[in-house]
Amino acid sequence: MRRSRAEKEAIHGKLSRRAILLGGAQLLFMGGLAARMRYLQVDQADQFRLLAEENRINIRLIPPKRGEIFDRNGVQLAQNVPSYRIVMVREDAGDVEDVLDRLATLIDLTPEERADALAEIKRSAPFLPVTIAEDVSWDAVSAVSVNAPALPGVSPEVGSTRVYPRGSDFAHVVGRVGRVSQKDLDALEDPDAVLRIPRFNIGKINVEAREEDLLRGAAGTKQVEVNATGRVMRELSRREGQSGADLQLTVSAKLQNYVQARLEGESAAVVILDCENGDVVANCSAPSYDPNLFIGGISSKDYDPLLQSKYRPLVNKTVQGAYPPGSTFKMMTAMAAIEEGIVGPDETVYCPGHLEIGGRRFHCWKRAGHGWVDLETSLKRSCDVYYYDLALKVGIEKISAMARRFGLGERHDLALSSVNSGLTPTKDWKLQNRGESWVIGDTVNASIGQGFMLASPMQLAVMTARLATGRAIAPRLVKSVNGVEQPILGGGPLGMNENNLRKMRKSMYAVVNDRRGTAYRSRIIADGLRMAGKTGTSQVRSAVVNNNEVPWEQRDHALFVSFAPYDNPRYACAVLVEHGGGGSTAAAPIARDVMLQALYDGEPPLEAYPTADRARIKIQQSRLRDVKPQARIAKGKDQA
Amino acid sequence: MSYLESTVKHVPSGFRKILYLNWPLILLLAAVSGTGFLMLYSVAGGNLSTWAEPQMKRFGVGLALMIAVGLVPIWMWRNLAGVAYGVSIMLLIAVEFFGATGMGAQRWIDLGFFRLQPSELTKITLVMFLAAYYDWLPAKKTSRPLWVLLPILIIVLPTLLVLRQPDLGTAILLLAAGGGLMFLAGVHWAYFASVIAAGAGLIAAVFQSRGTEWQLLKDYQFRRIDTFLDPSSDPLGAGYHITQSKIALGSGGWTGRGFMQGTQSRLNFLPEKHTDFIFTTLAEEFGFIGGISLLTLYALVIVFCVVSAVMNRDRFSSLLTLGIALNFFLFFAVNMSMVMGLAPVVGVPLPLVSYGGSAMLVLLLAFGLVQSAHVHRPR
Repeated sequence: MRRSRAEKEAIHGKLSRRAILLGGAQLLFMGGLAARMRYLQVDQADQFRLLAEENRINIRLIPPKRGEIFDRNGVQLAQNVPSYRIVMVREDAGDVEDVLDRLATLIDLTPEERADALAEIKRSAPFLPVTIAEDVSWDAVSAVSVNAPALPGVSPEVGSTRVYPRGSDFAHVVGRVGRVSQKDLDALEDPDAVLRIPRFNIGKINVEAREEDLLRGAAGTKQVEVNATGRVMRELSRREGQSGADLQLTVSAKLQNYVQARLEGESAAVVILDCENGDVVANCSAPSYDPNLFIGGISSKDYDPLLQSKYRPLVNKTVQGAYPPGSTFKMMTAMAAIEEGIVGPDETVYCPGHLEIGGRRFHCWKRAGHGWVDLETSLKRSCDVYYYDLALKVGIEKISAMARRFGLGERHDLALSSVNSGLTPTKDWKLQNRGESWVIGDTVNASIGQGFMLASPMQLAVMTARLATGRAIAPRLVKSVNGVEQPILGGGPLGMNENNLRKMRKSMYAVVNDRRGTAYRSRIIADGLRMAGKTGTSQVRSAVVNNNEVPWEQRDHALFVSFAPYDNPRYACAVLVEHGGGGSTAAAPIARDVMLQALYDGEPPLEAYPTADRARIKIQQSRLRDVKPQARIAKGKDQA
Repeated sequence: MSYLESTVKHVPSGFRKILYLNWPLILLLAAVSGTGFLMLYSVAGGNLSTWAEPQMKRFGVGLALMIAVGLVPIWMWRNLAGVAYGVSIMLLIAVEFFGATGMGAQRWIDLGFFRLQPSELTKITLVMFLAAYYDWLPAKKTSRPLWVLLPILIIVLPTLLVLRQPDLGTAILLLAAGGGLMFLAGVHWAYFASVIAAGAGLIAAVFQSRGTEWQLLKDYQFRRIDTFLDPSSDPLGAGYHITQSKIALGSGGWTGRGFMQGTQSRLNFLPEKHTDFIFTTLAEEFGFIGGISLLTLYALVIVFCVVSAVMNRDRFSSLLTLGIALNFFLFFAVNMSMVMGLAPVVGVPLPLVSYGGSAMLVLLLAFGLVQSAHVHRPR
């Protein structure tokens, strides 16, 4: 195109003007960009810097190691064992389905588990390990490891599981742990953040629950740098947590095992206390259950029978149960009377087999009557009328007050769940709770541990220990925490007249060792280890019918409290057999057997048993030996 | 041909041409590219071979090509403009059939040794062809409707092809660059005013159509607009990029966190940290000072091009230089606006800094044309 010079000048002029215009506009825009940059980087820098930190640093919790639990001799009762799980990382696996199929040939993987795992894998971030199988065997772990090349993205991981090596022996002492539930969280005002870790376990009942704060420890934290997708890039800092404290309990695993085995087939409870310091050396409730079943969730197949059994295996009968103490309470009525000086120990009362009070007839268990009885005879033969008489003279308030001094009606502070306070009724109590005024019949009933009177086996054991020592023995379950011996609570003088106590003990001695005593057949023969005690039968229904003619649920509870050796009390014991019938037949033999076991710290010689019993004991002992012993897992662990 | 008659005798020949190259511009481009190497090294976590090294090699090749192109007489390029445009249209059509799919869009032709991105090439050939068109068109016809319609068609054809890929960002750049060239060529104000009015009307219509059966944009496109207007409405989705980019940029402050210390960009909070979001890393690590420095380098590139164009008496050369400068400007202006949260997230790289084969080579080739215009200008 031919253009004149003038035309060219015109074109060029216009072009230049517009070029400068456009160039200017561009520079203006760049100025705008610079201003924006200044606004973001200078004016708002602090705010963005803060946001950047939040983005970058993530605080992760390191779950603390839960404290372990040992018996008084260092036998492990609750431990943490490594557990293996198989995890898969999607981004490393490639063909997830294919890898899962291959994995299914190596470990037990049901189609449901496979589907669950697949769904979980698809749901989570590609770099996060997803648990495919939990609590897998070592064999499975080995199989996975050996076949690692064929299983990209799959790896075994070590976690920690609570295991109770003594199984059902200690369900009612150690308790168990379980997953944190919403209810657990709601119950806490300021829940520890560690509780929100998936699969975190906390103590659910008994020592595991009551000593949760000690056992749990404190979570550590690590600061990690994460990227936008949450993948951890590196660890910035780490603050180790505090492992939970190791607890040593006062119980003896060996004794506990014996007692649990001895109670097999019964719905019963046994408490053995050390008279020296109140240590609970055995706390048994039968039937029991295996707490290991609960770890990681119990199946309804396992749980339903436990819930529905009329023998209530889930109930800790030693502290949760509250039973009329029956004749074992007679010592309290007697102590109230003789401490008040209302009756002397040697004063006698005539028992014609019943007592007429206010036109109502109160029977002695022996219809024919016991004739003239003093304190010792009344206890030995368990005469009821004697105590009706004392009670009428002393009154309910004094009896209840005396019972409380011996630890009845008191909620002993034990590291167990649902410790029952029992009941020592008073006139005010009845008015407030029943809306009725106290009648004399109530006092009469209470005098022999019936009516409103309620006590747990634990309380009866404490009562017996206090009778045996004259000191305010308080039960103790935790011996030491991380090796630090726990204080012994109580133990101060009860403030009773020593002569009265001696008289009481002598009477209890007669119960077991006098030929006419109700527990004579359950005596200990060994010299220096003689046992003193008191039988009790607590009525479940009022009508007097032969126990063998009514259904189990309506039979009397059998009770027996005792201490031994008589001269120098070492152990106090309470035995309850639910619906077992008479205390002398159902409960006393158990007490004798377990006390011997405790006194000998192992299997006692046959000579310690009455001649008539030896053949039976021999058979029984052989049977007991057959009870599968739990593996002892105490080695390798620093004993507290 | 007036151009040949008037200029051929002034054209330097042989080795002397090298001296006439626009050396300040070359140094500027090298400085910008050098910044790019530094940042690519940084975002790779201190690894040279990941991105920085291939980029350096490409720059070397591109620099040589730029000088080679610069030494070829400008009239040859003008004569090739039509062919170049035709070839790029063909290539754009070809990607419809043979294109490799990347990031959900068909963009590349895999040549084995090189992945050719025809849309990148088109940005240059369009400017070339329009410059040649206005060089050929008598000045008084410039604003006549028929002669305005023709360049519009020249612009719209590749734009539609690029939109089909779909690559909204490049399509908008093509429209803007083409329109800019028409403005530089002297098309009457009234056309631009009416286009802007029509555009505003169209945008209104698009928004009005939302939710009706004649909806003009797809739902996800509307959502993108929402996200742009209010990034917090989708903090983990599309708005996430903008938010994260602003956080990274803002946390840089005056002087930045230091080389290789940009935690935000290092930790993958940013997507495509080595391409579209590389400026964020720069701003985080070198702060406001670093960002403003790069912006200044870019501004100087524009200034040198405008000066070169104004000094040039040849219409094709001037328009070509200004067109390429405009293209260059649009690149970094859109990219920076995007990472600063001023524009929606569209896939536009930061010129000469972002990692990318085609973009860098094509840009350096384009600056080769600028060099050719500079070297062969009448003196």
